[in-house]
Amino acid sequence: MPNLATADTAERLATLEQTIEDLLQEAKRHGASAAEAVVSNTTGLEIAVRLGEVETVEHTRDHGLGISVYFGHRKGSASTSDLSPDAVRDAVRQACSIASHTQEDRCAGLAPAELMATDVPDLDLSHPWDIPVDAAVALAITCEDAARAADPRIVNSEGASFGTTTALSVYGNSHGFVGGYPSSRHELSCAVVGKDGDSMQRDFWWTTARAPEDLESAESVGRRAAERTVARLNARRLGTCEVPVLFRADVAMGLLRSFAGAISGGNLYRRTSFLLDKLGAQIFPDFVRIYEQPHRLRGLGSAPFDGDGVATVAKDLVTDGVLQSWLLDHYSACRMGLTTTGNAGGARNLSIGLGSDDRDAMLRRLDRGLLVTSLMGQGVKMITGDYSRGAAGFWVENGEIQYPVEEITIAGNLADMFRGLVAVGNDYDFASSMTTGSWLIERMTVAGE
Amino acid sequence: MSDTLAIARRQILAPVGLDDGHLERLVGALHSPAIDAADIYFQSSRLQSWVLEDGIIRDGNFNIEQGAGLRAIAGEKTGFAYSDELQFPALAQAAEAARAIAGGGGEGSVRTATSPAAARLYQPLNPIDSLVDADKVALLHRVDTEARRADPRVTQVVASLVAVQDTILVIGDDGRMSADVRPLIRLSVSVVVEDDGRREQASSGGGARRDLSYFLEDDRALDFAREAVRQALVSLEAGPAPAGTMTVVLGAGWPGVLLHEAVGHGLEGDFNRKGTSAFAGRMGERVAAPGVTVVDDGTLPERRGSLSVDDEGTPTSCTTLIEDGMLAGYMQDRLNARLMGMAATGNGRRESYAHLPMPRMTNTYMLPGDKDPAEIIASVDKGLYAVNFGGGQVDITSGKFTFSASEAYLIENGKLGRPVKGATLVGNGPDVLTRVSMIGNDLKLDDGVGTCGKDGQSVPVGVGQPTLRVDGLTVGGTAG
Repeated sequence: MPNLATADTAERLATLEQTIEDLLQEAKRHGASAAEAVVSNTTGLEIAVRLGEVETVEHTRDHGLGISVYFGHRKGSASTSDLSPDAVRDAVRQACSIASHTQEDRCAGLAPAELMATDVPDLDLSHPWDIPVDAAVALAITCEDAARAADPRIVNSEGASFGTTTALSVYGNSHGFVGGYPSSRHELSCAVVGKDGDSMQRDFWWTTARAPEDLESAESVGRRAAERTVARLNARRLGTCEVPVLFRADVAMGLLRSFAGAISGGNLYRRTSFLLDKLGAQIFPDFVRIYEQPHRLRGLGSAPFDGDGVATVAKDLVTDGVLQSWLLDHYSACRMGLTTTGNAGGARNLSIGLGSDDRDAMLRRLDRGLLVTSLMGQGVKMITGDYSRGAAGFWVENGEIQYPVEEITIAGNLADMFRGLVAVGNDYDFASSMTTGSWLIERMTVAGE
Repeated sequence: MSDTLAIARRQILAPVGLDDGHLERLVGALHSPAIDAADIYFQSSRLQSWVLEDGIIRDGNFNIEQGAGLRAIAGEKTGFAYSDELQFPALAQAAEAARAIAGGGGEGSVRTATSPAAARLYQPLNPIDSLVDADKVALLHRVDTEARRADPRVTQVVASLVAVQDTILVIGDDGRMSADVRPLIRLSVSVVVEDDGRREQASSGGGARRDLSYFLEDDRALDFAREAVRQALVSLEAGPAPAGTMTVVLGAGWPGVLLHEAVGHGLEGDFNRKGTSAFAGRMGERVAAPGVTVVDDGTLPERRGSLSVDDEGTPTSCTTLIEDGMLAGYMQDRLNARLMGMAATGNGRRESYAHLPMPRMTNTYMLPGDKDPAEIIASVDKGLYAVNFGGGQVDITSGKFTFSASEAYLIENGKLGRPVKGATLVGNGPDVLTRVSMIGNDLKLDDGVGTCGKDGQSVPVGVGQPTLRVDGLTVGGTAG
């Protein structure tokens, strides 16, 4: 059951809507032909504990306001953390002053009025958690205790963190569209340090959800942080080789993110994507489906409308391995002579169709090669797809993990890696706005000793 | 210093009617017998940015941020609350929330006083007002024209100009007030080149704690445009990078990101107090080859990573991290310095009033040696010469780090060979500097574009180094 906004929330939403109204009126008074604005306020509590004691207690409270004004096809923007009437007027004045120096850009402006979201469905995103500080501390300590008790080789800790935030955000523009909704997010994470002889390693685990009851238990988060840390101890290096590479599910999210980046409007109209001109082309093997579900209830990436006020829609991005859709906002769509796909702000709840193999079956498929569990650095070049990153993980032979490895790199090209995707596991075991299992890539270059 | 204090009072306190009496009550409210340290950090910042794309000024933004962060520390525990409303009742509420970490107390009042003057490393100016808007826009157009003029294969130019004035005021629990007015400017150019169906992208830029005339001096802005084009054209010619462990010669300047990742983060006080750094407990031990001296220096005039005082009001300093190969020092904020029984080094930094300070780098670089850079390249039979880099990352605990080359060449028989595609380099922080076998005499600092992220907080930093020969870094290419 979607929960109804409380009277208090409704009142605060109305206040923010009034601020939007004031902003748009003020812009009009300055002679702007169109304007759009977003206002938000967020409150939260963040707790960090370490070695069984509180380390920090942070009370957070943020306000934000952003406005863009258009004088025909000239644009100016301003933003501030101050929502007072004076600050609102000042922000509009600054945005208009900026617009007097920007130039005619035929694509600058609001998305067409007929594309505005006509209703704002309740996506069940708001489950505030009014947890007392002491209870939050206890939860974090329970989590860290579970990690420290899990294995004698866990000798130190970076601690456990708990965070909860509730936000109200409203967007409106001079087409008359105004929409806002409350949302919440809760997180629990733990990072511990293991030691065995001279080898020292750190790893972590986390859980995040819109509603408290959807979080993984504190004990489980701690235990998994410890398991991941201990497994990395006494890592070796590898010789340079070309082998199949299995990206563990949480690491495979990065590949899905790179895919989303490569089909995003900004990289397309600037011609900085390696997937230019690939709409309708086979870029993955036949079995691959990648899709977006922006209206998933309680989804971490869910939103009823995008950053342009355009209704978000569920869609396939890849069907049977063929690229079906770009991710466009109004501006980039206009630059490309296309229509927005409702993706101002990016892809929302991106998923790849899961296969039937669990973790062990995926390791058997890998047979002999590298299981990657950690990646470092920024070595992904979107314009060419060239991929070269620092890695750590496990060497696998006969479908079984042999030993942990580190201080190596994996390299290839994303276009080849996508085409060389052999299988996707069903081993999706974490909460994120993305859903994926592990990815087995046919062949990559591993550089080491 | 007194004039920065006057500016801070005028910009931050006067508009909301806060006087010294209010400040004394707030600090008093944070204080109790159980509190070891407390402070209030006021901040007011103005940012203006302009973006040119496809030959037109497409967008501009003006951002105003202000607020105060209030912190109370008892032992290793920190209570923290912040407010973007600066009226006294909101701040008093935040003080109460922050102090709750230690319970009790909070009735007293602390007399305010001015901190002794710190060195002035930059003028307390507002760079947004240092050039009229029409001239800022014209500057970006000149950059665009220069990049397109440099080569007909340039198909896309994005140029941006950012100017920030950041004014801060810190009041410690002893009532001492420190203020800083920090200008920061940055110009970035990114180009796409296309030739025969092949496309490449490269970027360049620079910045400083200066007024915007900095970019007009010596045609500096146009140099950035030409440099971005040059790098993109080199990439067009580049072949696959080698894979495996080999001798790598790192160029002077920005390749100092090696030091930032390989040793810098591992020598921040918090990781060492907690014993989670690969360098923990190794003070006085050899961690680099003889001749290697690395410092973190927040006192270089007008550099992007420099600060007159850090975000806790401590004057910055030049801290020797590694001296002639031996581990010599950590970078400290007040909390970690106190808990480790060491002196604060002026490295307590925070992204904004809404974030807690922690030990962070300023400008981190290696002192020069005596080798001619040409001699260093000539000494290598087979290896890689890497001169430009993107970002890097480090695992503090295992010590493993990466950084990504964006411009590199093969070295064969002591001579530079063909350019190779960008590749990630990996190594082990505690031993990579023991493999430094030659140090150039050409120390250079970067052009002022570095940003460091830690625990989700970004701060501007600088890096630098002379040309270095490192025997045995792993290069993550695709060619055997």
